[in-house]
Amino acid sequence: MAETKLKRLAAALRAFPARPGTQFMEVCGTHTVAIRRAGIHKLLPDGVKLVSGPGCPVCVSPDRLIDEAAALARQGVVITSFGDMLRVPGSRTSLDRERAAGADVRAVYSPLDALAVAAATGKETVFLAVGFETTAPAIAAAALKARERKIANFSLLTALRLVPPALKALISSNIELAGFLLPGHVSAIIGKPAYEFLAARGLPGVIAGFDPEAILTSLLLLLEMHEKGVRRIVNNYPGVVRDEGNERSRAVLAEVFAPADAEWRGLGVIPRSGLELRPAYAGLDARRRFRIVTEEAPPRRGCRCGDVLRGRIDPPACPLFNKACRPDSPVGPCMVSAEGSCSAWVLYE
Amino acid sequence: MCLAVPMKVVEINGDMGVVESAGLRREAGLMLLDRVKLGDWVIVHAGFAISKLTKKQARETLAIFAEMGGLG
Ligand code: SF4
Repeated sequence: MAETKLKRLAAALRAFPARPGTQFMEVCGTHTVAIRRAGIHKLLPDGVKLVSGPGCPVCVSPDRLIDEAAALARQGVVITSFGDMLRVPGSRTSLDRERAAGADVRAVYSPLDALAVAAATGKETVFLAVGFETTAPAIAAAALKARERKIANFSLLTALRLVPPALKALISSNIELAGFLLPGHVSAIIGKPAYEFLAARGLPGVIAGFDPEAILTSLLLLLEMHEKGVRRIVNNYPGVVRDEGNERSRAVLAEVFAPADAEWRGLGVIPRSGLELRPAYAGLDARRRFRIVTEEAPPRRGCRCGDVLRGRIDPPACPLFNKACRPDSPVGPCMVSAEGSCSAWVLYE
Repeated sequence: MCLAVPMKVVEINGDMGVVESAGLRREAGLMLLDRVKLGDWVIVHAGFAISKLTKKQARETLAIFAEMGGLG
């Protein structure tokens, strides 16, 4: 990638004659990190702001999920999870703490690894199924593999979430947005048509890759569309995202899961924004298989992660930011996750 | 957790395969993509190939991962 090309793009962005008070949202946590790491937030033209959205799966999972997983861990169930989830505080404990206290909690890279743990230990093994459309097909495929390999001691504690319904809920709330930087790998699955409702509501969107050049060109495209009143969804990641998305992945997903109402941190319950196992796969549902008793979670004092996820405040507006809450001693999930806005703001100021 | 890395398909056994990038080899599920062939570059996420990518895109993306200090 030519240095000069990046410099030219950066200069074009900086000098773009934008209307003051223009806010765009970067939906995906990986974009948040990439933007801050490259310093792109400092190149925005005056009056233009990027706010973070609800695109960090660890961050949007409600406390209850951790409480449920911890309760299962204490029952002697083997808990497997993507590593990011282990440090996330529930209302009273985290999976890391349960592990230190002797529970069998294991970080895995793939749900297939979780399946291997189940096969190797022969013990009841639960996988914490967290993620968006990028991850959900992988988990559906692992569920099919569990069947095929007749691994009966494997089940899923599901908290999968869908991006478009959350965006729909967001634009109906009172935040003023002029357009969206749309997530690259979620889009590889769901494709461009899944966002047409944004254009229909007068909001442009650009599906973007993750390198600085892709982000800069996508921001320029957004500014250009906003300025000219063009309301379109543009696929600016064509090397990876096909406009129609990945039908095969969607078919596997739909075989195993069906949309269901779901709770998001900061956004509340959003209709049909989550996924639940279809009746034919109910045997894989940890909530059916085990009696999970959790106490009512007290609201977390002071943490404003929910407002951060809605783009209502920037992390430094939280009184705990970089004081009581730091990457090495996180209070809320937005500081725990490598894709969380609060941690990105601390690490790449 | 959303890490998605370009890797090359070097073995196919039914709906599973082996993918490789920067000397790193691992097993990956191939059932989420149509018509995967040996030598294809794919985006691997959570142990599954979820998207094909052009060779040019693969090279650029790998360069970025290298810049960011390895494959995490
Ligand atoms: S800085 Fe910490 S306490 Fe404040 S909103 Fe972010 S995660 Fe929550």
